[in-house]
Amino acid sequence: MNALSQAGAAVDISRLSKTYKTREEDDVVALGNIDVRFEPGSFVAVVGPSGCGKSTLLSLLAGLTGATTGTIAIDGETISKPHPKIGVVFQSDLLLYWRTVIENILLPIEIKRLDVAKYRSRAEELLVQVGLEGFGNKYPSELSGGMRQRVAICRALIQEPGLMLMDEPFGALDALTREQMIMDLQAMWLRLGNTVLFITHGIDEAVFLADRVLVMSPRPGRVDLDLKIDIPRPRQWGRTHEDKAYQGYVRQIRDIFEAKGVLVAH
Amino acid sequence: MAGTDAIGAGSAQAKRGGKMARKKVRAPWLERYSALLLAAVLLGAWQAAVPLAGLSEFVLPTPLAIATRIVGELPLLANHAYVTLFEVVSGFAMAVLIGIPLALLIFYSRAFERAIYPILVALQTVPKVALAPLLVLYLGYGWAPKITLAFLISFFPIVISTVVGLQSLDKNLVYLVRSMGANEWQTFFKVRLPAALPNIFGGFKVAISLAVIGAVIGEYVAAERGLGYLQLQANSLFDTTLNFATVVAISGLGVTLYFVIDFIESRVTYKRDSAK
Repeated sequence: MNALSQAGAAVDISRLSKTYKTREEDDVVALGNIDVRFEPGSFVAVVGPSGCGKSTLLSLLAGLTGATTGTIAIDGETISKPHPKIGVVFQSDLLLYWRTVIENILLPIEIKRLDVAKYRSRAEELLVQVGLEGFGNKYPSELSGGMRQRVAICRALIQEPGLMLMDEPFGALDALTREQMIMDLQAMWLRLGNTVLFITHGIDEAVFLADRVLVMSPRPGRVDLDLKIDIPRPRQWGRTHEDKAYQGYVRQIRDIFEAKGVLVAH
Repeated sequence: MAGTDAIGAGSAQAKRGGKMARKKVRAPWLERYSALLLAAVLLGAWQAAVPLAGLSEFVLPTPLAIATRIVGELPLLANHAYVTLFEVVSGFAMAVLIGIPLALLIFYSRAFERAIYPILVALQTVPKVALAPLLVLYLGYGWAPKITLAFLISFFPIVISTVVGLQSLDKNLVYLVRSMGANEWQTFFKVRLPAALPNIFGGFKVAISLAVIGAVIGEYVAAERGLGYLQLQANSLFDTTLNFATVVAISGLGVTLYFVIDFIESRVTYKRDSAK
Protein backbone atom coordinates (compact mmCIF):
# COMPACT_ATOMS: atom_id res chain seq x y z
CA MET A 1 0.00 0.00 0.00
CA ASN A 2 1.24 3.50 -0.74
CA ALA A 3 -0.04 7.04 -0.97
CA LEU A 4 -1.34 6.50 -4.48
CA SER A 5 -3.43 3.40 -3.83
CA GLN A 6 -7.12 3.84 -4.20
CA ALA A 7 -10.31 1.85 -3.80
CA GLY A 8 -11.53 0.07 -6.90
CA ALA A 9 -15.10 0.76 -7.92
CA ALA A 10 -17.74 -1.91 -8.41
CA VAL A 11 -19.46 -1.74 -11.79
CA ASP A 12 -22.90 -3.22 -12.40
CA ILE A 13 -24.15 -3.36 -15.96
CA SER A 14 -27.66 -4.65 -16.37
CA ARG A 15 -29.70 -5.29 -19.51
CA LEU A 16 -27.58 -2.71 -21.31
CA SER A 17 -28.18 -2.20 -25.02
CA LYS A 18 -27.49 0.45 -27.61
CA THR A 19 -29.22 0.80 -30.96
CA TYR A 20 -28.17 3.38 -33.53
CA LYS A 21 -30.90 4.82 -35.71
CA THR A 22 -30.06 4.89 -39.39
CA ARG A 23 -31.85 6.49 -42.31
CA GLU A 24 -32.78 3.08 -43.68
CA GLU A 25 -35.39 0.91 -42.05
CA ASP A 26 -32.93 -1.34 -40.26
CA ASP A 27 -31.48 0.09 -37.06
CA VAL A 28 -28.00 -1.04 -36.09
CA VAL A 29 -27.79 -2.90 -32.81
CA ALA A 30 -24.30 -2.02 -31.57
CA LEU A 31 -24.76 -3.67 -28.22
CA GLY A 32 -27.26 -6.42 -27.37
CA ASN A 33 -28.46 -7.04 -23.84
CA ILE A 34 -25.37 -7.05 -21.65
CA ASP A 35 -25.45 -8.18 -18.05
CA VAL A 36 -22.16 -8.13 -16.22
CA ARG A 37 -20.63 -7.12 -12.91
CA PHE A 38 -17.00 -6.02 -12.40
CA GLU A 39 -15.73 -6.75 -8.91
CA PRO A 40 -13.95 -3.84 -7.18
CA GLY A 41 -10.25 -3.89 -8.03
CA SER A 42 -10.54 -6.42 -10.85
CA PHE A 43 -8.83 -6.15 -14.22
CA VAL A 44 -11.32 -6.94 -16.97
CA ALA A 45 -10.33 -7.15 -20.62
CA VAL A 46 -12.79 -7.04 -23.50
CA VAL A 47 -11.54 -8.57 -26.70
CA GLY A 48 -13.32 -8.74 -30.01
CA PRO A 49 -13.18 -7.74 -33.66
CA SER A 50 -14.07 -4.28 -34.96
CA GLY A 51 -17.80 -3.62 -34.73
CA CYS A 52 -18.40 -6.01 -31.83
CA GLY A 53 -19.66 -3.18 -29.66
CA LYS A 54 -16.66 -2.92 -27.35
CA SER A 55 -16.12 0.74 -28.13
CA THR A 56 -19.83 1.38 -27.67
CA LEU A 57 -19.57 -0.26 -24.25
CA LEU A 58 -16.71 2.09 -23.40
CA SER A 59 -18.64 5.18 -24.61
CA LEU A 60 -21.58 4.17 -22.46
CA LEU A 61 -19.40 3.64 -19.39
CA ALA A 62 -17.62 6.95 -20.00
CA GLY A 63 -21.01 8.65 -20.14
CA LEU A 64 -20.34 9.94 -23.66
CA THR A 65 -23.51 8.45 -25.07
CA GLY A 66 -26.81 7.32 -23.58
CA ALA A 67 -28.00 3.72 -23.46
CA THR A 68 -31.08 2.61 -25.39
CA THR A 69 -32.09 0.29 -22.56
CA GLY A 70 -30.60 -0.81 -19.27
CA THR A 71 -28.43 0.81 -16.64
CA ILE A 72 -24.83 1.17 -15.50
CA ALA A 73 -24.12 1.62 -11.80
CA ILE A 74 -20.77 2.63 -10.27
CA ASP A 75 -20.61 1.57 -6.61
CA GLY A 76 -24.39 1.22 -6.69
CA GLU A 77 -25.01 4.66 -8.14
CA THR A 78 -26.68 4.71 -11.56
CA ILE A 79 -24.84 7.00 -13.98
CA SER A 80 -26.28 9.12 -16.78
CA LYS A 81 -23.37 11.46 -17.49
CA PRO A 82 -19.55 11.36 -17.18
CA HIS A 83 -18.74 10.15 -13.70
CA PRO A 84 -15.90 11.64 -11.60
CA LYS A 85 -14.79 8.17 -10.51
CA ILE A 86 -14.00 7.21 -14.09
CA GLY A 87 -10.78 7.99 -15.98
CA VAL A 88 -10.40 7.24 -19.67
CA VAL A 89 -7.32 6.41 -21.76
CA PHE A 90 -7.89 6.47 -25.51
CA GLN A 91 -6.01 4.81 -28.35
CA SER A 92 -4.09 7.96 -29.20
CA ASP A 93 -2.65 9.91 -26.30
CA LEU A 94 -4.75 13.02 -27.06
CA LEU A 95 -2.33 15.28 -25.23
CA LEU A 96 -2.85 19.00 -25.84
CA TYR A 97 0.37 20.03 -27.58
CA TRP A 98 0.25 23.60 -26.27
CA ARG A 99 0.32 22.41 -22.66
CA THR A 100 3.26 20.98 -20.75
CA VAL A 101 3.15 17.41 -19.44
CA ILE A 102 2.09 18.52 -15.96
CA GLU A 103 -0.57 20.89 -17.33
CA ASN A 104 -1.94 18.03 -19.41
CA ILE A 105 -2.15 15.76 -16.38
CA LEU A 106 -3.95 18.48 -14.41
CA LEU A 107 -6.52 19.16 -17.16
CA PRO A 108 -9.29 17.05 -15.52
CA ILE A 109 -8.73 18.96 -12.27
CA GLU A 110 -9.13 22.29 -14.07
CA ILE A 111 -12.26 21.12 -15.80
CA LYS A 112 -13.82 19.97 -12.55
CA ARG A 113 -12.81 23.32 -11.01
CA LEU A 114 -10.87 21.67 -8.21
CA ASP A 115 -7.80 23.12 -6.53
CA VAL A 116 -5.00 22.58 -9.08
CA ALA A 117 -2.22 23.35 -6.56
CA LYS A 118 -3.43 20.53 -4.34
CA TYR A 119 -3.12 17.94 -7.11
CA ARG A 120 0.27 19.06 -8.39
CA SER A 121 2.22 16.82 -6.02
CA ARG A 122 0.07 13.83 -6.96
CA ALA A 123 0.75 14.58 -10.63
CA GLU A 124 4.51 14.59 -9.90
CA GLU A 125 4.18 11.30 -8.02
CA LEU A 126 2.31 9.69 -10.90
CA LEU A 127 5.08 10.79 -13.27
CA VAL A 128 7.60 9.05 -11.03
CA GLN A 129 5.42 5.93 -11.07
CA VAL A 130 5.48 5.77 -14.88
CA GLY A 131 9.20 6.48 -15.06
CA LEU A 132 8.91 10.08 -16.27
CA GLU A 133 10.38 11.88 -13.30
CA GLY A 134 11.50 15.36 -14.26
CA PHE A 135 9.50 15.47 -17.49
CA GLY A 136 6.74 17.68 -16.05
CA ASN A 137 7.77 20.84 -17.87
CA LYS A 138 8.40 19.20 -21.26
CA TYR A 139 5.96 19.58 -24.11
CA PRO A 140 4.34 16.49 -25.68
CA SER A 141 6.27 17.06 -28.93
CA GLU A 142 9.48 16.42 -26.99
CA LEU A 143 8.35 12.92 -25.90
CA SER A 144 8.25 9.56 -27.67
CA GLY A 145 4.96 7.77 -28.40
CA GLY A 146 5.31 5.48 -25.40
CA MET A 147 6.12 8.35 -23.07
CA ARG A 148 3.11 10.30 -24.33
CA GLN A 149 0.78 7.39 -23.64
CA ARG A 150 2.26 7.14 -20.12
CA VAL A 151 1.37 10.80 -19.60
CA ALA A 152 -2.16 10.06 -20.84
CA ILE A 153 -2.40 7.30 -18.22
CA CYS A 154 -1.25 9.73 -15.52
CA ARG A 155 -3.96 12.15 -16.67
CA ALA A 156 -6.59 9.42 -16.34
CA LEU A 157 -5.30 8.56 -12.84
CA ILE A 158 -5.00 12.09 -11.45
CA GLN A 159 -8.45 12.01 -9.91
CA GLU A 160 -7.99 8.62 -8.25
CA PRO A 161 -10.59 7.03 -10.47
CA GLY A 162 -12.16 3.90 -9.05
CA LEU A 163 -12.58 2.72 -12.63
CA MET A 164 -10.09 3.26 -15.43
CA LEU A 165 -11.35 2.70 -18.97
CA MET A 166 -8.69 1.92 -21.57
CA ASP A 167 -9.64 1.87 -25.26
CA GLU A 168 -6.88 0.00 -27.14
CA PRO A 169 -4.33 2.15 -25.33
CA PHE A 170 -1.27 0.45 -26.83
CA GLY A 171 -2.65 -0.05 -30.34
CA ALA A 172 -0.63 2.79 -31.82
CA LEU A 173 2.72 1.79 -30.27
CA ASP A 174 5.54 -0.27 -31.74
CA ALA A 175 5.83 -3.91 -30.58
CA LEU A 176 8.66 -3.44 -28.08
CA THR A 177 7.22 -0.32 -26.51
CA ARG A 178 3.87 -2.07 -26.28
CA GLU A 179 5.41 -5.02 -24.43
CA GLN A 180 7.06 -2.68 -21.93
CA MET A 181 3.84 -0.71 -21.46
CA ILE A 182 1.90 -3.92 -20.79
CA MET A 183 4.38 -4.94 -18.09
CA ASP A 184 4.35 -1.46 -16.57
CA LEU A 185 0.56 -1.30 -16.59
CA GLN A 186 0.38 -4.55 -14.65
CA ALA A 187 2.90 -3.31 -12.09
CA MET A 188 1.05 -0.04 -11.71
CA TRP A 189 -2.35 -1.67 -11.37
CA LEU A 190 -0.96 -4.05 -8.71
CA ARG A 191 0.13 -0.99 -6.74
CA LEU A 192 -3.00 1.11 -7.27
CA GLY A 193 -5.69 -1.54 -6.94
CA ASN A 194 -8.35 0.22 -9.02
CA THR A 195 -10.83 -1.47 -11.34
CA VAL A 196 -9.70 -1.51 -14.97
CA LEU A 197 -11.70 -2.15 -18.12
CA PHE A 198 -9.22 -2.80 -20.91
CA ILE A 199 -10.54 -2.90 -24.46
CA THR A 200 -8.31 -4.47 -27.11
CA HIS A 201 -7.93 -6.39 -30.34
CA GLY A 202 -5.00 -8.29 -28.90
CA ILE A 203 -5.80 -11.70 -27.44
CA ASP A 204 -2.28 -11.95 -25.99
CA GLU A 205 -2.40 -8.72 -24.01
CA ALA A 206 -5.98 -9.37 -22.87
CA VAL A 207 -5.12 -12.80 -21.39
CA PHE A 208 -1.80 -11.60 -20.02
CA LEU A 209 -3.20 -8.57 -18.19
CA ALA A 210 -6.69 -9.54 -17.10
CA ASP A 211 -8.36 -11.39 -14.26
CA ARG A 212 -11.22 -11.90 -16.60
CA VAL A 213 -11.65 -11.71 -20.35
CA LEU A 214 -14.97 -10.94 -22.01
CA VAL A 215 -14.99 -12.17 -25.60
CA MET A 216 -17.43 -10.24 -27.77
CA SER A 217 -18.78 -10.79 -31.26
CA PRO A 218 -20.68 -8.47 -33.57
CA ARG A 219 -24.23 -8.10 -34.84
CA PRO A 220 -25.57 -7.74 -32.27
CA GLY A 221 -22.67 -6.96 -29.94
CA ARG A 222 -22.81 -9.49 -27.14
CA VAL A 223 -20.57 -11.42 -24.78
CA ASP A 224 -19.83 -14.90 -26.13
CA LEU A 225 -17.47 -16.00 -23.42
CA ASP A 226 -16.72 -14.82 -19.91
CA LEU A 227 -13.33 -16.32 -19.16
CA LYS A 228 -11.69 -16.22 -15.74
CA ILE A 229 -7.89 -16.06 -16.06
CA ASP A 230 -6.20 -17.98 -13.29
CA ILE A 231 -2.49 -17.23 -13.62
CA PRO A 232 -0.52 -16.03 -10.59
CA ARG A 233 0.82 -12.48 -10.52
CA PRO A 234 3.07 -10.75 -11.17
CA ARG A 235 3.15 -12.29 -14.62
CA GLN A 236 6.26 -12.16 -16.80
CA TRP A 237 5.58 -11.48 -20.48
CA GLY A 238 8.07 -14.07 -21.79
CA ARG A 239 7.48 -16.78 -19.19
CA THR A 240 3.70 -16.45 -19.15
CA HIS A 241 3.62 -17.03 -22.89
CA GLU A 242 5.18 -20.48 -22.31
CA ASP A 243 2.67 -21.22 -19.56
CA LYS A 244 0.29 -24.09 -20.49
CA ALA A 245 -2.67 -22.40 -18.79
CA TYR A 246 -2.02 -19.16 -20.68
CA GLN A 247 -1.84 -21.01 -24.00
CA GLY A 248 -5.08 -22.81 -23.14
CA TYR A 249 -6.92 -19.50 -22.57
CA VAL A 250 -5.61 -18.03 -25.81
CA ARG A 251 -6.67 -21.23 -27.65
CA GLN A 252 -10.19 -20.98 -26.20
CA ILE A 253 -10.57 -17.39 -27.45
CA ARG A 254 -9.13 -18.23 -30.87
CA ASP A 255 -11.57 -21.14 -31.16
CA ILE A 256 -14.48 -18.76 -30.68
CA PHE A 257 -13.16 -16.32 -33.28
CA GLU A 258 -12.61 -19.18 -35.71
CA ALA A 259 -16.08 -20.56 -35.08
CA LYS A 260 -17.58 -17.09 -35.69
CA GLY A 261 -15.50 -16.56 -38.83
CA VAL A 262 -13.61 -13.64 -37.30
CA LEU A 263 -10.40 -15.59 -37.87
CA VAL A 264 -10.31 -17.91 -40.87
CA ALA A 265 -7.77 -20.78 -41.03
CA HIS A 266 -6.21 -21.68 -44.38
CA MET B 1 44.91 -9.64 -53.71
CA ALA B 2 41.24 -9.44 -53.01
CA GLY B 3 42.12 -7.74 -49.77
CA THR B 4 44.12 -4.96 -51.44
CA ASP B 5 41.38 -4.50 -54.01
CA ALA B 6 38.88 -3.98 -51.28
CA ILE B 7 41.14 -1.49 -49.62
CA GLY B 8 41.64 0.30 -52.91
CA ALA B 9 37.90 0.50 -53.49
CA GLY B 10 37.43 1.71 -49.97
CA SER B 11 39.90 4.55 -50.32
CA ALA B 12 38.40 5.55 -53.66
CA GLN B 13 35.04 5.73 -51.96
CA ALA B 14 36.55 7.77 -49.17
CA LYS B 15 37.91 10.19 -51.76
CA ARG B 16 34.51 10.53 -53.37
CA GLY B 17 32.98 10.98 -49.95
CA GLY B 18 35.54 13.66 -49.22
CA LYS B 19 34.65 15.50 -52.37
CA MET B 20 30.95 15.39 -51.54
CA ALA B 21 31.67 16.55 -48.02
CA ARG B 22 33.63 19.48 -49.38
CA LYS B 23 30.69 20.41 -51.58
CA LYS B 24 28.44 20.48 -48.54
CA VAL B 25 30.76 22.55 -46.40
CA ARG B 26 28.67 25.15 -44.68
CA ALA B 27 29.47 28.72 -43.85
CA PRO B 28 27.19 29.56 -40.93
CA TRP B 29 27.97 33.23 -41.31
CA LEU B 30 26.91 33.19 -44.96
CA GLU B 31 23.72 31.29 -44.20
CA ARG B 32 22.68 33.66 -41.46
CA TYR B 33 23.16 36.83 -43.45
CA SER B 34 22.38 35.51 -46.93
CA ALA B 35 19.06 37.39 -47.20
CA LEU B 36 20.61 40.70 -46.13
CA LEU B 37 23.54 40.13 -48.41
CA LEU B 38 21.36 39.48 -51.46
CA ALA B 39 19.26 42.56 -50.70
CA ALA B 40 22.44 44.64 -50.42
CA VAL B 41 23.75 43.28 -53.72
CA LEU B 42 20.47 44.03 -55.50
CA LEU B 43 20.26 47.55 -54.07
CA GLY B 44 23.89 48.12 -54.97
CA ALA B 45 23.20 47.04 -58.53
CA TRP B 46 20.26 49.43 -58.68
CA GLN B 47 22.39 52.23 -57.24
CA ALA B 48 25.08 51.64 -59.86
CA ALA B 49 22.73 51.02 -62.78
CA VAL B 50 20.89 54.35 -62.65
CA PRO B 51 23.90 56.58 -63.57
CA LEU B 52 25.32 53.87 -65.86
CA ALA B 53 22.08 53.80 -67.86
CA GLY B 54 22.03 57.56 -67.91
CA LEU B 55 18.65 57.78 -66.19
CA SER B 56 17.71 60.95 -64.38
CA GLU B 57 16.53 60.90 -60.76
CA PHE B 58 13.21 62.06 -62.09
CA VAL B 59 12.69 58.79 -63.98
CA LEU B 60 14.27 56.39 -61.50
CA PRO B 61 15.78 57.64 -58.25
CA THR B 62 18.61 55.66 -56.67
CA PRO B 63 18.08 53.79 -53.39
CA LEU B 64 20.38 56.22 -51.60
CA ALA B 65 18.39 59.20 -52.84
CA ILE B 66 15.17 57.55 -51.68
CA ALA B 67 16.67 56.77 -48.27
CA THR B 68 17.93 60.32 -47.90
CA ARG B 69 14.53 61.65 -48.86
CA ILE B 70 12.79 59.38 -46.34
CA VAL B 71 15.01 60.67 -43.55
CA GLY B 72 14.48 64.26 -44.68
CA GLU B 73 10.71 63.95 -44.97
CA LEU B 74 10.22 61.83 -41.84
CA PRO B 75 7.76 64.25 -40.17
CA LEU B 76 5.66 64.51 -43.35
CA LEU B 77 5.66 60.73 -43.90
CA ALA B 78 4.82 60.10 -40.24
CA ASN B 79 1.90 62.56 -40.35
CA HIS B 80 0.32 60.69 -43.24
CA ALA B 81 1.36 57.26 -41.96
CA TYR B 82 -0.60 57.84 -38.71
CA VAL B 83 -3.77 58.37 -40.71
CA THR B 84 -3.27 55.23 -42.78
CA LEU B 85 -2.27 53.26 -39.68
CA PHE B 86 -5.47 54.34 -37.93
CA GLU B 87 -7.59 53.29 -40.92
CA VAL B 88 -5.82 49.93 -41.28
CA VAL B 89 -6.00 49.04 -37.60
CA SER B 90 -9.64 50.15 -37.31
CA GLY B 91 -10.68 48.20 -40.39
CA PHE B 92 -8.78 45.14 -39.21
CA ALA B 93 -10.23 45.40 -35.69
CA MET B 94 -13.72 45.57 -37.18
CA ALA B 95 -12.97 42.50 -39.29
CA VAL B 96 -11.85 40.61 -36.16
CA LEU B 97 -14.78 41.77 -34.03
CA ILE B 98 -17.34 40.81 -36.67
CA GLY B 99 -15.47 37.95 -38.34
CA ILE B 100 -14.79 35.83 -35.25
CA PRO B 101 -18.38 35.82 -33.92
CA LEU B 102 -19.62 35.13 -37.45
CA ALA B 103 -17.19 32.20 -37.69
CA LEU B 104 -18.50 30.87 -34.36
CA LEU B 105 -22.09 31.07 -35.61
CA ILE B 106 -21.09 29.25 -38.80
CA PHE B 107 -19.28 26.60 -36.74
CA TYR B 108 -22.07 26.01 -34.23
CA SER B 109 -25.12 26.31 -36.48
CA ARG B 110 -25.50 24.11 -39.53
CA ALA B 111 -28.51 26.16 -40.69
CA PHE B 112 -26.58 29.43 -40.39
CA GLU B 113 -23.64 27.90 -42.25
CA ARG B 114 -25.96 26.82 -45.08
CA ALA B 115 -27.54 30.27 -45.20
CA ILE B 116 -24.46 32.47 -45.00
CA TYR B 117 -21.76 30.58 -46.87
CA PRO B 118 -23.09 31.14 -50.40
CA ILE B 119 -23.52 34.83 -49.65
CA LEU B 120 -20.00 35.09 -48.22
CA VAL B 121 -18.47 33.36 -51.21
CA ALA B 122 -20.48 35.50 -53.63
CA LEU B 123 -19.33 38.65 -51.83
CA GLN B 124 -15.76 37.43 -51.94
CA THR B 125 -15.87 37.23 -55.73
CA VAL B 126 -16.73 40.94 -55.94
CA PRO B 127 -13.48 42.87 -56.33
CA LYS B 128 -13.53 45.07 -53.22
CA VAL B 129 -11.50 47.73 -55.00
CA ALA B 130 -14.44 48.25 -57.34
CA LEU B 131 -16.54 49.26 -54.36
CA ALA B 132 -14.23 52.14 -53.40
CA PRO B 133 -15.95 54.84 -55.50
CA LEU B 134 -19.35 53.74 -54.15
CA LEU B 135 -18.08 53.89 -50.57
CA VAL B 136 -16.88 57.43 -51.15
CA LEU B 137 -20.29 58.29 -52.55
CA TYR B 138 -22.03 56.96 -49.43
CA LEU B 139 -19.50 57.73 -46.71
CA GLY B 140 -17.76 60.88 -47.87
CA TYR B 141 -14.09 61.86 -48.02
CA GLY B 142 -13.09 61.12 -44.42
CA TRP B 143 -11.73 57.97 -42.87
CA ALA B 144 -15.04 56.06 -43.00
CA PRO B 145 -14.80 54.67 -46.56
CA LYS B 146 -11.12 53.68 -46.02
CA ILE B 147 -11.91 51.80 -42.82
CA THR B 148 -14.86 50.15 -44.52
CA LEU B 149 -12.73 49.06 -47.45
CA ALA B 150 -9.98 47.75 -45.13
CA PHE B 151 -12.67 45.89 -43.20
CA LEU B 152 -14.32 44.39 -46.29
CA ILE B 153 -11.06 43.20 -47.78
CA SER B 154 -9.66 41.66 -44.56
CA PHE B 155 -12.87 40.15 -43.23
CA PHE B 156 -13.10 37.04 -45.41
CA PRO B 157 -9.74 35.42 -44.58
CA ILE B 158 -10.45 35.84 -40.86
CA VAL B 159 -13.84 34.13 -41.09
CA ILE B 160 -12.58 31.29 -43.27
CA SER B 161 -9.43 30.56 -41.29
CA THR B 162 -11.35 30.60 -38.01
CA VAL B 163 -14.02 28.22 -39.30
CA VAL B 164 -11.41 25.89 -40.78
CA GLY B 165 -9.39 25.99 -37.55
CA LEU B 166 -12.43 25.08 -35.46
CA GLN B 167 -13.58 22.36 -37.85
CA SER B 168 -10.22 20.62 -38.15
CA LEU B 169 -10.16 19.62 -34.48
CA ASP B 170 -9.68 15.92 -33.68
CA LYS B 171 -13.15 14.77 -32.50
CA ASN B 172 -11.51 12.50 -29.95
CA LEU B 173 -10.23 15.55 -28.07
CA VAL B 174 -13.83 16.60 -27.59
CA TYR B 175 -14.73 13.12 -26.31
CA LEU B 176 -11.74 13.29 -23.98
CA VAL B 177 -12.76 16.51 -22.25
CA ARG B 178 -16.43 15.46 -22.22
CA SER B 179 -15.38 12.29 -20.38
CA MET B 180 -13.83 14.62 -17.80
CA GLY B 181 -17.22 16.29 -17.41
CA ALA B 182 -16.53 19.42 -19.47
CA ASN B 183 -19.46 21.50 -20.72
CA GLU B 184 -19.38 23.16 -24.16
CA TRP B 185 -18.08 26.42 -22.67
CA GLN B 186 -15.06 24.62 -21.18
CA THR B 187 -14.61 22.50 -24.30
CA PHE B 188 -14.38 25.71 -26.30
CA PHE B 189 -11.87 27.51 -24.11
CA LYS B 190 -9.72 24.52 -23.12
CA VAL B 191 -9.58 22.75 -26.47
CA ARG B 192 -11.38 24.23 -29.47
CA LEU B 193 -9.99 27.77 -29.28
CA PRO B 194 -6.36 26.93 -28.41
CA ALA B 195 -6.31 24.27 -31.14
CA ALA B 196 -7.70 26.76 -33.70
CA LEU B 197 -5.34 29.63 -32.77
CA PRO B 198 -2.59 28.81 -35.30
CA ASN B 199 -5.20 28.89 -38.09
CA ILE B 200 -6.80 32.05 -36.73
CA PHE B 201 -3.44 33.82 -36.60
CA GLY B 202 -2.70 32.63 -40.13
CA GLY B 203 -5.91 34.39 -41.16
CA PHE B 204 -4.93 37.52 -39.20
CA LYS B 205 -1.60 37.73 -41.03
CA VAL B 206 -3.24 37.52 -44.44
CA ALA B 207 -5.92 39.97 -43.29
CA ILE B 208 -3.59 42.67 -41.96
CA SER B 209 -1.64 42.79 -45.24
CA LEU B 210 -4.92 43.06 -47.14
CA ALA B 211 -6.20 45.78 -44.79
CA VAL B 212 -3.21 47.95 -45.74
CA ILE B 213 -4.11 47.52 -49.40
CA GLY B 214 -7.75 48.38 -48.65
CA ALA B 215 -6.92 51.58 -46.80
CA VAL B 216 -4.43 52.80 -49.43
CA ILE B 217 -6.82 52.08 -52.31
CA GLY B 218 -9.48 54.00 -50.38
CA GLU B 219 -7.08 56.92 -50.15
CA TYR B 220 -6.32 56.76 -53.87
CA VAL B 221 -9.97 57.24 -54.71
CA ALA B 222 -10.63 60.25 -52.53
CA ALA B 223 -8.74 61.54 -49.55
CA GLU B 224 -7.22 64.58 -47.92
CA ARG B 225 -4.64 62.73 -45.84
CA GLY B 226 -2.86 59.38 -45.64
CA LEU B 227 0.03 57.69 -47.43
CA GLY B 228 -2.09 56.89 -50.49
CA TYR B 229 -3.03 60.57 -50.74
CA LEU B 230 0.60 61.63 -50.30
CA GLN B 231 1.66 59.31 -53.08
CA LEU B 232 -0.92 60.79 -55.47
CA GLN B 233 0.35 64.27 -54.53
CA ALA B 234 3.93 63.23 -55.28
CA ASN B 235 2.74 61.76 -58.56
CA SER B 236 0.99 64.93 -59.67
CA LEU B 237 4.13 66.96 -58.81
CA PHE B 238 6.34 64.50 -60.77
CA ASP B 239 8.27 63.98 -57.53
CA THR B 240 9.34 60.40 -58.22
CA THR B 241 11.65 60.22 -55.22
CA LEU B 242 8.86 61.10 -52.78
CA ASN B 243 6.65 58.66 -54.66
CA PHE B 244 9.16 55.87 -53.96
CA ALA B 245 9.57 57.07 -50.38
CA THR B 246 5.80 56.67 -49.89
CA VAL B 247 5.89 53.16 -51.34
CA VAL B 248 8.62 52.27 -48.83
CA ALA B 249 6.53 53.79 -46.01
CA ILE B 250 3.44 51.80 -47.04
CA SER B 251 5.36 48.51 -47.14
CA GLY B 252 7.06 49.42 -43.87
CA LEU B 253 3.63 49.88 -42.32
CA GLY B 254 2.44 46.49 -43.60
CA VAL B 255 5.58 44.66 -42.52
CA THR B 256 5.49 46.23 -39.06
CA LEU B 257 1.85 45.28 -38.51
CA TYR B 258 2.57 41.75 -39.75
CA PHE B 259 5.34 41.32 -37.21
CA VAL B 260 3.21 42.78 -34.42
CA ILE B 261 0.71 39.99 -35.09
CA ASP B 262 3.52 37.47 -35.38
CA PHE B 263 4.80 38.60 -31.98
CA ILE B 264 1.36 38.33 -30.35
CA GLU B 265 1.03 34.86 -31.85
CA SER B 266 4.33 33.75 -30.39
CA ARG B 267 3.09 34.96 -26.98
CA VAL B 268 -0.26 33.18 -26.98
CA THR B 269 0.41 29.96 -28.89
CA TYR B 270 2.83 27.09 -28.69
CA LYS B 271 4.06 25.98 -32.09
CA ARG B 272 3.62 22.26 -32.52
CA ASP B 273 6.80 21.84 -34.52
CA SER B 274 9.10 24.10 -32.58
CA ALA B 275 10.96 21.16 -31.06
CA LYS B 276 14.29 22.44 -29.88
